[in-house]
Amino acid sequence: MTTLAATGVLRASWLLLAFPVFGAAVLLLGGRRTDKWGHLLGVLMSLASFVYGVIAFFTLLSYPASERSRDLHMYSWIPVNGFQANMGILLDPLSICFVLLITGVGSLILIYSVGYMAHDTDRRRFFGYLNLFIAAMLLLVLSDNYLGLYAGWEGVGLASYLLIGFWQFKPTAAVAAKKAFIANRVGDAGLSVAIMLMFAEFGTVNFTGVFAGVKSSGSGVGLALGLLLLLGACGKSAQIPLQSWLLDAMEGPTPVSALIHAATMVTAGVYLMVRSNPILAQSADARMAVAIVGAVTLLFGAIIACGKDDIKKSLAGSTMSQIGYMMLGAGLGPAGYAFAIAHLLAHGFFKAGLFLGAGSVMHGMDDEVDMRRYGGLWRILPITFVTFGLAYLAIIGIPPFSGFFTKDPIIDAAWESGGTQGWLLGGAAIIGAGITAFYMTRMMLMTYFGARRWETEGVLGGAGAHPATPEPHVPHPHESSPVMTWPMIVLAIGSVGAGGFLIINNRLDGFLAPVVGAVPAPHGLWSWPGGIALVLVVLAMGVAWTMYGRVPVPAVAPRGSVLTRAARADLYGDAFNESVLMRPGQWLTRLSVYFDSRGVDGVVNGLAATVGGSSGRLRKVQNGFVRSYALSMLIGAVLLVFGLLVVRL
Amino acid sequence: MSPAAYVFLAVILFAIGGVGVLIRRNAILIFMSVELMLNACNLAFVAFSRMWGNLDGQVVAFFVMVVAAAEVVVGLAILMAVYRAHKSASVDDANLLKY
Amino acid sequence: MTHLFILANGGANGTNLDPIYDEVLFWILAILAVCAALAMILVRQAVHCALMLAVVMLSLAVMYAMQGAPFLAFVQVIVYTGAVLMLFLFVIMLIGISNRESLKETISGQRLWAGLGGFGLVVLLIVGVGHAALGTAAPTTSANNTNNLTGLAQLIFTTYVFPFEITSALLITAALGAMVLAHRERTTPKLTQRDVARAKIASGQVAPEPPPGVYALHNAVDMPAMLPDGTTAARSVSRAVAQRDVDLGRGDRQVQITADLEAEERIETERQLEAGAAGRDEA
Repeated sequence: MTTLAATGVLRASWLLLAFPVFGAAVLLLGGRRTDKWGHLLGVLMSLASFVYGVIAFFTLLSYPASERSRDLHMYSWIPVNGFQANMGILLDPLSICFVLLITGVGSLILIYSVGYMAHDTDRRRFFGYLNLFIAAMLLLVLSDNYLGLYAGWEGVGLASYLLIGFWQFKPTAAVAAKKAFIANRVGDAGLSVAIMLMFAEFGTVNFTGVFAGVKSSGSGVGLALGLLLLLGACGKSAQIPLQSWLLDAMEGPTPVSALIHAATMVTAGVYLMVRSNPILAQSADARMAVAIVGAVTLLFGAIIACGKDDIKKSLAGSTMSQIGYMMLGAGLGPAGYAFAIAHLLAHGFFKAGLFLGAGSVMHGMDDEVDMRRYGGLWRILPITFVTFGLAYLAIIGIPPFSGFFTKDPIIDAAWESGGTQGWLLGGAAIIGAGITAFYMTRMMLMTYFGARRWETEGVLGGAGAHPATPEPHVPHPHESSPVMTWPMIVLAIGSVGAGGFLIINNRLDGFLAPVVGAVPAPHGLWSWPGGIALVLVVLAMGVAWTMYGRVPVPAVAPRGSVLTRAARADLYGDAFNESVLMRPGQWLTRLSVYFDSRGVDGVVNGLAATVGGSSGRLRKVQNGFVRSYALSMLIGAVLLVFGLLVVRL
Repeated sequence: MSPAAYVFLAVILFAIGGVGVLIRRNAILIFMSVELMLNACNLAFVAFSRMWGNLDGQVVAFFVMVVAAAEVVVGLAILMAVYRAHKSASVDDANLLKY
Repeated sequence: MTHLFILANGGANGTNLDPIYDEVLFWILAILAVCAALAMILVRQAVHCALMLAVVMLSLAVMYAMQGAPFLAFVQVIVYTGAVLMLFLFVIMLIGISNRESLKETISGQRLWAGLGGFGLVVLLIVGVGHAALGTAAPTTSANNTNNLTGLAQLIFTTYVFPFEITSALLITAALGAMVLAHRERTTPKLTQRDVARAKIASGQVAPEPPPGVYALHNAVDMPAMLPDGTTAARSVSRAVAQRDVDLGRGDRQVQITADLEAEERIETERQLEAGAAGRDEA
């Protein structure tokens, strides 16, 4: 599909970026003066972007399918001889999907935050950072070259750091923010090297230029670019091996977890992979690498989620796992791109809904996150229970909810990729679906059903701005205010219907086909792998019920099996990072310090000491006696004469 | 006697005078050792003048004597002044300029 | 004597009397000079050092004469030995005669290294000079057919007139410098004769006191002198005389004499005092 210039309404598409940038600027630069109405401005800017996004979407739909890629040149950013980088907006089916997701779900979460952060004195700053995030994320998905994408990439990393560490007085939050940033940085290094490679090979970083150049440059460049871009995506999307930061990122306020670490930022990696599909098309090995990363991570995240008692950390493990599905889809080529995006959009709805529901529960439980202290909340928090439940059914893939429609094509595509690869990838996807059902059912049972453990055991709190109480106290849970429940309701509607809406009649893959290529063998809604997955899901629900539904849940976590303990320890991801990366780095640092203080300083100080010591000894020569000076003169004269004679004779 | 013998004698006397400068502590005796060295030089000059067959060496020796006399005068006057100030003629007593 | 004259002039004119005289004399003088020089630097008393230096200078004077520089020989004796060395002796008398220099060396290693340095210097210079071809005495040029003095004068006042002038300036400067250095600044005003007379009359004692010995009662060599306060000065008797008393077995004689003298003095003083008091009473 050739890219045309933007015309008509689309020429104002810079507004998409301008609104949130303006909001962030006013709120962050305005300071405390804007405290009273800051949150409203934040919501308004996000809604304004959403409205324009809808207008742009329908405008695109009004064009014929081959003319839906529109480019708006904003300004020339780096006009250097030999390297041109512009700020431009590329509106095409892929980016418009993301725009709608970001601004839509973002606005809902912002409205929710008005209520969630109502008691926080820094609410205005929170909205400023969220607007900054939305602006950066929009730049990421709208930019028409890799350098602008990278600018947005860095911007969302910054916003993530600021928001995870929002309660900066909490040491755990500050440490988690730093960890997230550093892990992201490793990935960013891969992305920046990829951009440098693009410039070196093709002389441009424009999408059009790069995609045209990679076709003729062969599979070596394609492999290198693919692997480097994969590294960048792993950092941002918390895939193996850069996954350790996501669970710690739950230190931030729950709306942050919902927006950034569930719906949007972590999906930026998937966007990068799908956008770079012409590069991946050049190298089957790169695609294989992407698929393997996806498959491994989906199992990894699912196992971790099974062992976590912290509701937010369990959901974070779930996010890691679901993005693994998306990466798996992206690694399967045109057969999987569109379905990865479909799952991404649906996941945005139900994961955001799950997180907002968790936030609602925490709100009622005085900021307690330990599910072992929950129990029997379905009566007390009915709206939360219903929305959470709908999102739960969506994520585990029960028809006719979203997850069923979006996960099954990925499972099918994995199974059908042929040979051993098909068995392994497909098998992993199916097993992952089963484990997903297990931990999500466990979560539902522990939170909403069973005995009211918070009445007998009490809660400690501590996950919010206020520290944990030293002694457990009994909270008084209540349903959240409408400003919090209405966004959850809207998201629940999305959880229910989004999947079917996107997949039935090949709506989304037809819409995206000009960008990512057509699905080679489209199939119907039912398939054998999908059926096996569904059976496994139901079995897993039963197993979870026997473990957590039938027997009372102990308030203190029991020791558990080896696998449970491993899952609680994030499958030793942190331990691995520390021993393989941190410790050698620390040794290297200590060695350098040692070398510097002993070696370099030793040389310098030794030089000084030598000079000092020798001068201390030499000064004794000047003993004040004229006769000894005369003696030295005589000896000198004798030596001179000796030298003269030696030379002349 | 060949001039060489006189020059050897002059060398020996010169060295003895030099050692005398270094060994004696009394300033006057150091002075006298310097005078011995000057005399040795004079002897050498005269021997060389005999070697060349002209009187230039003797003229130089004559001038050396004159200058030595002047030097002795001034030096002894200095010595007297120092002695009046410090009541000691020992050269080792002026050893304050040390480390 | 003629030998000496011939020797003195012989070197200048190239007519040696007899080489053997030359050599014998040289060796005697050389050994003498070296021994005297060594003695000079090794003896303890300063006066002895000066005298050894005199020996060296005199032997050098004879050597100058042997080498055909008679004028220089006489200048050496008159100026160097006679004036400069005597100046040294005067200063030694003024300053150094009572200083018995201790033989202990204060600076460690000084003697050893000085000796080594001197020895090394001798060896090196002899090697160097020995390598140089010094040859024998060259015959004198025609310009020097006149006698030594005239030749020297010709050289000094023609070729070397400039150094001569400078040297004379040096001499004047040296004399002035010595005067300046030896000068002692007056701290009190110089007393005129008028001041002295005034002081005398003011003190009441116009006429000078009688010199020592006027009131002496004894002048034997073994009688001690009387001090103004009436006691005797034991140091005025020569030690040799006191020693003679001890040797002769009358060791306490000096003490006895002292007691007698002091008693005599007391009686005399009292008598004078009484006479004076009586005289005043009468008047």
